[in-house]
Amino acid sequence: MSVFNQSRSRIIKLIILIIFLFIVAQLFYLQIVDGKRRQLAAMDNAVFAKVVYPERGIIYDRKGRPILNNTIIYDLDVTPAEIKGIDTASFCQLLGITKEEFKQRVVDAIIKNSSVRPSVFKGLLTKDIQARFEENSWKYPGFTLVERPLRTYPFNAAAHILGYIREADSRDIERSGNFYRPGDYIGKTGLESYYEDVLMGKRGVQYMIKDNRNRLVGHYENGRYDTASEAGRGLQTYLDIDLQKMAEQLMDNKVGGLVAIDPKTGGILAMVSGPNYNPNDLTGSDGGKNYSKLVLDVTSPMLNRAIAGKYEPGSTYKPIGALIGLAEGVITPSFGFPCFGRYTLCGNGKPACTHHGAGHAANLRLAIANSCNSYFAHVYRLTVDNPAYNDVEDGFEEWADYMHHFGFGVPLGVDLPGESRGNIPDTADYNRENNNHWTSCTNLTLGIGQDKMLATPLQMANAMCIIANRGYFYTPHFVNKIVDETEDDTTLMNPFRKRRNVLTNISDTAYNAVIEGMNDVVKFGTARIAQIPNINVCAKTGTAENYTILDGRRIKLPNNSMFVCFAPKENPKIAIAVCVQNAGYGSTWGGPIARILMEKYLNDTLSARSKADFERISKANLVPHYFKRVQYKEDSIRAFKWFKMTKDSAYIQKYITVEMRQQAKLQLAQSKPTKQKNLPKKQFNPLYFLKPEYLVHS
Amino acid sequence: MNQQKPNILKGIDWSLIWIFLLLTGIGLTAIFAATYHEGDAIVQSFIGFKTDYSKQFYFFIIGTVIGFFILLTDSKFFPATANVWYVVGILMLLLVFPLHSSVKGTESIIRFGGFNFQPAEVCKIFVALSLAKYLSLPETDFTKLRSQFIATGIALFPAAIIILQSETGLALVYFSFFIVMYREGLPAVILLIGLAFAALFIATIVVDPNTLAFVLTGIALFVIYLYRRQIKKKKRILVRIVFVWLLCVGIQRFAVPYTFEHVLQHHQIERIYNLFGKNNPYDKNEDGLTKAEVKKQKESGSSYNVRQSKIAIGSGRIFGKGILKATQTRYDFVPEQRTDFIFCTVGEGFGFVGSVVLLGLYLLLLFRIITVAERQRSTFSRCYAYGVAGVLFFHIVINIGMAVGLAPVIGIPLPFISYGGTSLISFTILLFILVRLDADRQMVLR
Repeated sequence: MSVFNQSRSRIIKLIILIIFLFIVAQLFYLQIVDGKRRQLAAMDNAVFAKVVYPERGIIYDRKGRPILNNTIIYDLDVTPAEIKGIDTASFCQLLGITKEEFKQRVVDAIIKNSSVRPSVFKGLLTKDIQARFEENSWKYPGFTLVERPLRTYPFNAAAHILGYIREADSRDIERSGNFYRPGDYIGKTGLESYYEDVLMGKRGVQYMIKDNRNRLVGHYENGRYDTASEAGRGLQTYLDIDLQKMAEQLMDNKVGGLVAIDPKTGGILAMVSGPNYNPNDLTGSDGGKNYSKLVLDVTSPMLNRAIAGKYEPGSTYKPIGALIGLAEGVITPSFGFPCFGRYTLCGNGKPACTHHGAGHAANLRLAIANSCNSYFAHVYRLTVDNPAYNDVEDGFEEWADYMHHFGFGVPLGVDLPGESRGNIPDTADYNRENNNHWTSCTNLTLGIGQDKMLATPLQMANAMCIIANRGYFYTPHFVNKIVDETEDDTTLMNPFRKRRNVLTNISDTAYNAVIEGMNDVVKFGTARIAQIPNINVCAKTGTAENYTILDGRRIKLPNNSMFVCFAPKENPKIAIAVCVQNAGYGSTWGGPIARILMEKYLNDTLSARSKADFERISKANLVPHYFKRVQYKEDSIRAFKWFKMTKDSAYIQKYITVEMRQQAKLQLAQSKPTKQKNLPKKQFNPLYFLKPEYLVHS
Repeated sequence: MNQQKPNILKGIDWSLIWIFLLLTGIGLTAIFAATYHEGDAIVQSFIGFKTDYSKQFYFFIIGTVIGFFILLTDSKFFPATANVWYVVGILMLLLVFPLHSSVKGTESIIRFGGFNFQPAEVCKIFVALSLAKYLSLPETDFTKLRSQFIATGIALFPAAIIILQSETGLALVYFSFFIVMYREGLPAVILLIGLAFAALFIATIVVDPNTLAFVLTGIALFVIYLYRRQIKKKKRILVRIVFVWLLCVGIQRFAVPYTFEHVLQHHQIERIYNLFGKNNPYDKNEDGLTKAEVKKQKESGSSYNVRQSKIAIGSGRIFGKGILKATQTRYDFVPEQRTDFIFCTVGEGFGFVGSVVLLGLYLLLLFRIITVAERQRSTFSRCYAYGVAGVLFFHIVINIGMAVGLAPVIGIPLPFISYGGTSLISFTILLFILVRLDADRQMVLR
């Protein structure tokens, strides 16, 4: 029987062979044809690219002192699966949390990262808690301290300049082409932002093997593919931290901006914006809280007014107006103007002049020293109405062009983000407003630095540099050198190293006349307060009127105190622009501030007079009162919105006065007998947003 | 006879033994690779009986010792006791019902002491023996339908019990005994019809029911057209064709859906549909699960296994990653990687070359067994050998096929390689009985 079927053994073998070949074919497809894809999938499964963050670069001042450094703070991480038999009560006491909170955080950690992987239990521990935990850490298995680098500002200064880092938000990530990932830190403002690429260094990657529960179990291929991280490079700045600190103290409790530049290099020696804040407040465990406080402050402490505050330059414009006139040949240094207290040639007797004695504007030097409004209004008119040009529009454009060369109305390109261009109006503005019919009288006050002219303190200081240098400037900047500078950095740094001969075409006689005039301002003009023994200071004061609208009424605020200067006259080493908002005359606040800083920078010591002034000014609080009212309004509105949204009365409470409560009681008593429907609908109710019942009982 | 006794090792087919040793060696390596943890002391853990590879090593020794005793046994013992073993096997299978534990949802395991014992694995040996015994009986005339039915009964009765234990996968193994019957003269037509029904079954899953009915009707009409002359002479042919057509459509429209709804379990249907990349239309959500939960279950279930298994095997490329560098299997991405999905470890660690070598080894084993079978003088030995070949073949094809995504996920072990005591020892016994019988190939056993 078997013999008959022997052929079947071959058929069986054949079937086996065919089926095996099928399997081999599938293996060929999986492992060779399509293997690459699966290899990647397996890599994706098992290899985790762990990013190694380099240390961020350090920022130094001109003497090599670190003014922005790194330190380490600790996060407390938890691996929920490893928590075993810990004394929850003592642990909670140590951290100052409740047991419920403890449970909630552990549950959150499990949800976020599973119970076998660590997640942050409490971020940014205070030194105190960290020390206490370290002592007792053996008692709490599953909890570990994890180092976290933190930026620190050893001098508690230069917040606006240095800026801060924060976690990259979705916009940063998108803009970077997904280079940054959620959780990465990125420089948000200041030098931290402008030099982000230099400071951040190069991220390294460690390829780690993970298992099916995403636990890291070791280096992939013994770290063969890992790339080391490269620490961020430091920045050497022109900033003089002593000068900066002094300037910040002087601008304490003041609103405004201050810039000091070395005209020879364009290097910024100090820059202050008031109100200021301590940069260390934004880091560490209270960082978030302080940040929101600053954001909600109506005086905008986070705004860098030195580069983004726009002010009417007022009289500080006059030396520039004079230079334009001289350059255009419409005046000579000996040009005089008969001013008797008012400018009458435009018919309305404006602008008025502080002086009215004859001869106070007999020549340019005198006009500058006495800050004659009529004189400079007239010089402006002469410039725009220059017969060399067709009409006032052409003349105006020529004037505006000069202004742009002086750095007004254009961004200067300082190495900080958020620079304002100020404002130099153009002909289109006046054409639109005046139906295409306007004369030099229309915008006459441009001649005394008003009308639509707006400039930042940085632009004003830079204009001083141009005058001090007699026609050239370097783009104002902070960073002198990048540590270990390479070829690649040249594109970043070159703009700051190029001498810009914007106005060297103006003759030296013109410059000399103006500089002498500015020297006279200090010698016997409006800025006598800025005199420094043995140093020839050139300066110009300015006072600009300003108004604000509060509670629907336009109110006049105290004048802005403006002051620009440079010194020494013969060999300028420092140019300063100061603007103190709503402080009064330029000479009362801006002048002494600038003088103290010049003394400090040039002599390295303060005279007795300056010491006294320093005390007086740094203690003075010149923040306009109306801010208080604005703050109150903003805060109460926010508290009300919060109450409406959450029914949480914690914030609204303090805005409810005793009178409001009494009124509410009264109203409630009245409304009781009648039904609420019968109440007149449009009756004014000061407490329209709160139920009377609530007010009475709370 | 007295002279033969000292030469007990003489008639042994050493090639089978060598292949056996090679395969168990590969198996131990693979289990080691899949479960070894960095820093374990290798020698200690091999001896310690704590790790899986150590346990497997001891199972191998136990199996070999049993195998040695089998070689010492008189070859007549096996045909003589075949039916007794069969009865014992059936009793063990029945014993499962009162004694079973529900490890991993299987109800086919008896626990005693620290050991799990799965009668369904062992029972294969007994069925192979008793089927060989029945086929070798002089009174059996396998050309007769009655004998064919009895043989089928012997093979499939245990399978029926096992299905009741919800181990459909293990039950399917018993269908491999049709290879024995085919070799002994079971008409090929029957197997072809069987295959046709299998094809129809697959078509039912893959093709839309109405389209399939339409196609079947088309085929029927075409056949009628082909046989139009004969039909004119004999009306019976037409009746037959119509009957077959009705049967096919009936199966397709009613029998398969019925099976799916009432016989197979949810996860089995899921696996079958997964294999063909289809969504399970019988997803009735009996457990009241939401769609998302069902989807999650699907992803974490068999399709996840197969996807990870394919990734593991595919990522091995040509030469593999090396045995301890196989990330997929080392870090537990493939579930069941030491038991049912052990082939992944080989595929990932040794690549295409290693996988083909392993398959070649299996092919060599199967061909060798068939060659051995054909040289037997006694029908019993031959039938037993074919039984062994069939069982091994089915295990190999289904297990590897499942790992590479060609077969549905049926939890059956890879012979000599998968981790598991019962499995390794029973395959060893299965093979060693064959070696023992082959040593006496000149004898006629009954």
